[in-house]
Amino acid sequence: MRSRLPVVLVLPAVIGLAFLLVPLAGLLVEAPWATLPAQLFSAEVGQALRLSLLCASLATIVCLVLGVPLAWLLARSDLPGRGLLRALVTVPLVLPPVVGGVALLLVLGRRGLVGQYLDQWFGVSLPFTTAGVVLAEAFVAMPFLVISVEGAFRAADPRYEEAAATLGASRWLTFRRVTLPSVMPGVVAGTVLCWARALGEFGATITFAGNFPGKTTTMPLAVYLALETDPDAAIVLSIVLLLVSVAVLAGLRDRWIRA
Amino acid sequence: MTLHAELRVHRAGFALELDLAIEPGEVVALLGPNGAGKTTALRALAGLLPGSHIRTEESTWDKLPAEKRPIGVVFQDYLLFATMSALDNVAFGLRARGTRKAEANEIARHWLAQVGLAEFAKAKPRTLSGGQAQRVALARALATSPELLLLDEPLAALDASTRLRVRSDLGRHLQHYPGHTLLVTHDPLDAMVLADRIVILEDGRVVQQGTPREVVRQPRTDYVAHLVGLNFYRGVAEGTEVRLDDGGTLTIAEPAQGPVHVVFPPSAVSLYPDKPAGSPRNTWQAIVSGIEQHAHTTRVDLAGNPAVLADITTATVAELRLQPGDTLWVSLKATEIHTYPR
Repeated sequence: MRSRLPVVLVLPAVIGLAFLLVPLAGLLVEAPWATLPAQLFSAEVGQALRLSLLCASLATIVCLVLGVPLAWLLARSDLPGRGLLRALVTVPLVLPPVVGGVALLLVLGRRGLVGQYLDQWFGVSLPFTTAGVVLAEAFVAMPFLVISVEGAFRAADPRYEEAAATLGASRWLTFRRVTLPSVMPGVVAGTVLCWARALGEFGATITFAGNFPGKTTTMPLAVYLALETDPDAAIVLSIVLLLVSVAVLAGLRDRWIRA
Repeated sequence: MTLHAELRVHRAGFALELDLAIEPGEVVALLGPNGAGKTTALRALAGLLPGSHIRTEESTWDKLPAEKRPIGVVFQDYLLFATMSALDNVAFGLRARGTRKAEANEIARHWLAQVGLAEFAKAKPRTLSGGQAQRVALARALATSPELLLLDEPLAALDASTRLRVRSDLGRHLQHYPGHTLLVTHDPLDAMVLADRIVILEDGRVVQQGTPREVVRQPRTDYVAHLVGLNFYRGVAEGTEVRLDDGGTLTIAEPAQGPVHVVFPPSAVSLYPDKPAGSPRNTWQAIVSGIEQHAHTTRVDLAGNPAVLADITTATVAELRLQPGDTLWVSLKATEIHTYPR
């Protein structure tokens, strides 16, 4: 044995570990196991769960369609001010989600900068709709995808793209057949993170999309609502979210935890 | 038709000015030390760098980006696409240029068979050995029937034992390839074995070109002389006397006049502890400055007037008890010295 572990470090470490794990354990201990199956398959839970999965998945698709090209631009182009752009893209990561929701309202609200024209010209109003939930989730979750995919693009050797060019491949074909497949692990990791973040989104959603059961009440909103009226339901919903989080972690285990 | 290329690339502190003419079926080796601009030249030819002016009798390529040029490139570390099978790698260029999938696969299969890898069609690049990957890269470059084949240090990534076999395979494929080939290498042996003509590049400029035989026999710079392993001097000849620019004189057998290059092999040099007897020889005193063991001989680096490299047997080393700093007599037969005009 080299030496005994110093108590000054071990004690706070154990407390820290307990602090992280005990609440999760408490959730399982307090769960109404007897009525759990009934709760789980009740209409409200099912509705919130379905809405959550749908919105998180749609938001993830939006993030993929817009975020992968954005990540490519940040990683590969020689745009002036690329560093600043990269910093701006990461702002939603640290921004309180409620602020994000307020910002979305200001821009896309019925009297917002862009929203007023959407309303006038197309009769489209996004706040307090399911589409609004998708937008709010995408806004908060996209930086997770962009950061992850951009890192993968930057790690990919650009000489493979040159090799593809000498074989006669256009930039678009090279991107599709050579670059994108080589960054696929990064895209998958980014997608999972993005989806998990969208699924747990609360602040921006409730600010921008409100809380209308069946329309905008996603799982986290349902948990918050249920806590006041039916604490058991809140616990059940929380356990479902916990399980999803653990599943996401398990999916990423090779890339994140072992590293 | 002959392919003419004029390459002019200027970067901070470096300028490449290289004119090349390559005949169909000809293999030209671009040989030079690291930093001479070989890879820059290859990238300019491929269209990956601006600054190339290329014309054949039919067309000019100046404005064409890499993907529009009729080229095939074998990169130093091959750059096979890791997510595709060997077959898909070889078929990629054909698919990119619009060949239908079935036909592209058939041509790719033919090329894999040509390089002896028919049974590796489904293999992913990372499962291939270095030599196999090199052959897939060659098949990929040749599958589109390019007019110009560019090889960037195609053997550098291989270990010594694989290298020998892959080199002779590569030579065979290049013989059958009807287009123009440019081989970039820093290895004189690759150039000697594979090329019909060698162009030697130093500091972005051509310092010598010729057939491998000419280059070996008549080097024109210290770099080339070092590559081919000869003692090399510049001097002025008057009959059978050559006054060397860096000091010393040598007696030669064949009379010559005016500025000349002087070469002789290190193996022609003998070393003695005392002044040797006999007169038709060149003899001078020199100090041992380095001793290096080679496979069957020992190379001795001697400082003197002139400085000289000598290859002697291990027996002689033992006999002389050679140590750096020893003073010895150098002797060299006049008939071993070769001179040619500068």
